Amino acid sequence: MKVLIVGVGGAIARQVALLLREAKHTVIGMDRRPWFEAPKDIAVHEVDIRKRAAEDVFRLEKPDCVVHMATVNALSAGGEERARINLGGTQAVFAHSTNHGVKHVVVVGRHTYYGASADSALYHTENEPPQGIGSFPELADLVAADLYASNMLWRDPKLTTTVLRMVYTLGPSRSGTLSSFLRGRRVPMVFGYDPLFQYLDESDAARAIALTVEQRPRGVFNVAGPPPVPLGTIARETGRTVVPVPEVVLQQLLGRFGLPNLPKGALEHIKYPIVVDGSAFREATGFEHHMSEVDTLKRYRRISPV
Amino acid sequence: MARDEAVRDLVERLELPFNQFGVDPYGISKKHLAVAFGMLGFMYRRYFRVKAVGIEHVPPRGRAMLVGNHSGGYAIDGAMVLTSMLLEMNPPRLAQGMVEKFMNQLPVSSLWSSRCGQLTGLPEHAERLLHDDRLLMVFPEGARGTAKLFKERYSLVDFGTGFVRLALKTKTPIVPLGFVGGGDAVPTIHNSRTLGKLAGVPYVPVTPYFLAAPLPAKLVVHYGAPMHFEGTGDEEDSVVKGYVEQVKARIAQLIEAARADRRGEQGRT
Repeated sequence: MKVLIVGVGGAIARQVALLLREAKHTVIGMDRRPWFEAPKDIAVHEVDIRKRAAEDVFRLEKPDCVVHMATVNALSAGGEERARINLGGTQAVFAHSTNHGVKHVVVVGRHTYYGASADSALYHTENEPPQGIGSFPELADLVAADLYASNMLWRDPKLTTTVLRMVYTLGPSRSGTLSSFLRGRRVPMVFGYDPLFQYLDESDAARAIALTVEQRPRGVFNVAGPPPVPLGTIARETGRTVVPVPEVVLQQLLGRFGLPNLPKGALEHIKYPIVVDGSAFREATGFEHHMSEVDTLKRYRRISPV
Repeated sequence: MARDEAVRDLVERLELPFNQFGVDPYGISKKHLAVAFGMLGFMYRRYFRVKAVGIEHVPPRGRAMLVGNHSGGYAIDGAMVLTSMLLEMNPPRLAQGMVEKFMNQLPVSSLWSSRCGQLTGLPEHAERLLHDDRLLMVFPEGARGTAKLFKERYSLVDFGTGFVRLALKTKTPIVPLGFVGGGDAVPTIHNSRTLGKLAGVPYVPVTPYFLAAPLPAKLVVHYGAPMHFEGTGDEEDSVVKGYVEQVKARIAQLIEAARADRRGEQGRT
């Protein structure tokens, strides 16, 4: 099978590419960023998915499956830019896929779709609406991209669409929302709160995506591995020091003293948990994580010391 | 010290799927439970001298729903029922209550309630816990129950019907309980919603001595035999209300039994 990975420059996307190559699929990559160490048999097109040249890749390569991973999840990225990339990019992926005979599109989204709020259920299932958007409107682009992709399930029934809502990842790339949060020696937390965080080792995240390409499940799926762990425990087990700061003070400190300049609503994400039920995905694909929550943190502590 | 160690041992004996960090999939933490039950155990044994009768009616394993009356201006009843499950059962069990939404909004209480397995009262939480064979604790009177005044302390206000529908849907036995003494511990003469608004809670109970701190009143809880109802949870309201009335009547009997018991205990002391 010929698989095009959009956003192949990302750490997890590269691992997906290598896993699919190992499984004897023909892999093509697309990204604005180069992948210098790409194996020779993985053609990488340095193209932005939103530009015209991207459609030529679809036309010439005629992939059977497209894995869309060209999204920006960092909360610190500007809202407008994020919307252009996340929503515009997703729209382009589907437009080119339907025009050029792609049979299966996998959209790799985030579990942050559900948002964090005090009165939502601890375990989110795929049927739930994004309740947290009220307190954190900056999530709108991720939600819109997810819903646009989900719409394809009924707008184009001939195309197999899989929308993945994946939990945070931790691993050697040391990138991503949770890694950014653990970057410093001291981890600020909101005093009186310690939400559960759910994460997958990067290798398990890549395996879950590769398995989706193989199994072609149709629908929207939460992707989760080990049970969630309190954020304070994650910080301590990776060798960091937790610094509880009252919420009103933390709001004032954002953007100063080395803290990221996050919108105020982002604090909801370190007050309340976003935990998903990943059982539907496990049932549909047979996915099982290899790295436990404990092993993932032990490894992260080793590769990302402070 | 010995008591603290005993509580830690009981927490260790809880049959919950704790991971290496001592945390279960709902975020319940052994460390937090040991601290919380260390304090609650003191209140249970020494301060309120709680008497629990009929604890053998609570299934040692598998899903079950403890359903009782509210007694006292705030959740002393729930806290003491939780403590009786840990201290008096063998093996110990952790009852998981459905708490008011404001508990999760406030700092500290958000952390401690979730680390001790007391989740916000949402149908999704209740159903998931029962599917995982947990012990659920429900007070169908809701906040109206804790708002009862001293003179109404042995009465029951209207019950919601959701707990019976859930029991039918998940085939869960209902263990009724009658709790008395909470109204004497917190003799509410008025509920101040103005103070509540300032504190971020629905209301603050006002007592003759103004403070809402509990007095060391003797508390008694009687557990009844499990009640089983057959159905799917989709029954007509009239059918479900009939089951609710049966549970309510049984709780009223248990309250009377607990009152008589308490009078006898007080007569002896």
